[in-house]
Amino acid sequence: MQMEHVPSVCCFCGCGCGLYFHVSQGRITGVSPSRNHPVSKGNLCVKGWHSYESVYSPKRLTHPLVRKNGRLVQASWDEALSITVDAFKGVLSQHGGSAIGLLSSAKCTNEENYLLQKLARAVLKTNNIDHCARL
Amino acid sequence: MAGLATTFGSGAMTNSIEEISGSEVIFVIGSNTTEAHPQIARRIIKAVDNGATLIVADPRNTVLSEFAHIHLRLNPGTDIPLLNAMMRVILREGLIDDAFIEMRTENFNSLRNTLFAQDFEALVEITGIEPSLIERAARLYASAQKAVICYCLGITQHVCGTANVESIANLAMITGHVEQDYTGVNPLRGQSNVQGACDMGALPGVFPGYQSVSDEAIREKFSRAWRTKLPEAPGLTVMDMTHEGVKNGIRAMFIMGENPVLSDPDASRVEKNLGSLDFLAVSDIFLTETAQLADVVFPAASFAEKTGTLTNSERRVQLMRKAIEPVGECRTDMEIIMAISNRMDYPMDYEEPSEVMEEIALLTPIYGGIFHDRLEHTWGIQWPCPDRAHPGTPYLHKYSFARGRGLFVPASHLPPKELPDSDYPFLLITGRTYHHYHTGGMTRASEILSREEKEAFLEMNPKDAEKNSIRNGQMVKLRSRRGEITVRTKATNRVPEGVVYTSFHFVESPVNRLTNPERDPVAKCPEYKVCAVAIEPVS
Ligand code: SF4
Repeated sequence: MQMEHVPSVCCFCGCGCGLYFHVSQGRITGVSPSRNHPVSKGNLCVKGWHSYESVYSPKRLTHPLVRKNGRLVQASWDEALSITVDAFKGVLSQHGGSAIGLLSSAKCTNEENYLLQKLARAVLKTNNIDHCARL
Repeated sequence: MAGLATTFGSGAMTNSIEEISGSEVIFVIGSNTTEAHPQIARRIIKAVDNGATLIVADPRNTVLSEFAHIHLRLNPGTDIPLLNAMMRVILREGLIDDAFIEMRTENFNSLRNTLFAQDFEALVEITGIEPSLIERAARLYASAQKAVICYCLGITQHVCGTANVESIANLAMITGHVEQDYTGVNPLRGQSNVQGACDMGALPGVFPGYQSVSDEAIREKFSRAWRTKLPEAPGLTVMDMTHEGVKNGIRAMFIMGENPVLSDPDASRVEKNLGSLDFLAVSDIFLTETAQLADVVFPAASFAEKTGTLTNSERRVQLMRKAIEPVGECRTDMEIIMAISNRMDYPMDYEEPSEVMEEIALLTPIYGGIFHDRLEHTWGIQWPCPDRAHPGTPYLHKYSFARGRGLFVPASHLPPKELPDSDYPFLLITGRTYHHYHTGGMTRASEILSREEKEAFLEMNPKDAEKNSIRNGQMVKLRSRRGEITVRTKATNRVPEGVVYTSFHFVESPVNRLTNPERDPVAKCPEYKVCAVAIEPVS
């Protein structure tokens, strides 16, 4: 059986340890620390060792949900996106960008944070964007 | 982090993590490092093994305080009096670094006047610490060649969080402990990419790279690059949106990967506010408490299912790589944002995250030389990195502070907004534990991690437990002016009498129903760390 080691970064705290995902047939089977990484130096904490388990949690969301008659029900991507876009377009034309707010995440990548603030400023015309670092 | 940005001109960690192990004196204040930042704790313990002196200021006994040569067990919320008392000692004994103060800083006289106006004995009394311990700590820190200060949420999450940070910077600057390797001031960031989220301008007042939205030339630059007009007024902060959004005119929100219902102080108010929006969209990997309030929920790809960069506490920009395909119909947040933008008639057509990084480099001077291809075969690059040839910057402020001269900002004691009284006789401190991460969304989904720590507990001094007829392990009701929760007690000497401690990871005991949303006026950081509570046994 072919085992692949994908170099990556632990996403659980600001230490940013380097680690390898062990991937076999499209599934992560374990992780190991990177020996020469300047932070991890062959060592992960307990959170890092188990970091990949949440990926396979049965509680993962696997399809979009939209609220219908008060309840969240399964929907297609197309439907979820068009409801969202219609709602934002409506608020934007009636009340302007100052009526829209966005929260970004310290768990997302730099590229995603960049794009979300660009979406806020360039598209939704608001500087109402923040994340939970203060918290 | 407002305090360091004011004093040094940059809010990031001044040193690299590895440098800590080479320091002579390490002063840890307001950080339960072994639990929140295991790798940094490892470096601290390694330094101690190599002969370094460790000073820990913490109201509780922690794993790290057991390694400490001096444990300053201060009363909660008295960090400024402690730091001022240390600076009084340093001034009195002539341990200041005159040359450094003269050449590299400004406003020293005002700091000196403020310090001399405060009575040393009175300061010491507020902290509740032995005066000789404070004197020893001050001498050790000031006399060392290489000394670092590490701090974390225990410092910033107070009403006076910004002033706390400024006082730490004052202490470092009067002793000249800033501009070298193994020497500096290091805020330890909580979540993995807090540094990156700030760097990327996920903040109401700045574009990527801390470029102000109120600066016309900067706005013009982004406006040209993005080919559209941009809003001028700085936006609302997270708490203005989560607590009072509707009152502040917010009608629709998009929340990406955060769970403010559980993580914000005064959670019931957040729930009510978000619940009364016209429209809420959430993207997350789980159906969090916040997602349950949404009108649309997007299933997001996890960190193992996408490529992109993260910036750790020491400003190291690193490549996180996709290891597997997203489960189910999940998509990355990048794809979700692009899809929304495209349908809003603003095309975003990046093929790869690396193309987004190219745009970031173009517009963000501190990331100017950071490209994915440079990160592929390295351990990342520490910003500032202005161009492709630049190797990155392991420690900051080498020849001059980012703001030019370091600014002394004197501070005086500001007691916590809510102190115990006869109705609410205990002081509650909140913090995090080793096995869990923030509100526990990801870590609790891991079976092994949950097995290690099944539920929240309340640490209470055995004497207090006895006085209130509470058995070790008994369930108690914990009540504040804002709400109540039920939690299991653990009698332990880790906390002093009159103080109780609990973590904020568990939905069953959402401690943020109790905490105080009173905020620091500058950083807008809520006072999570301390509030007054009453405790009664549940039969
Ligand atoms: S392995 Fe532990 S110390 Fe390293 S980044 Fe992950 S959570 Fe932080």
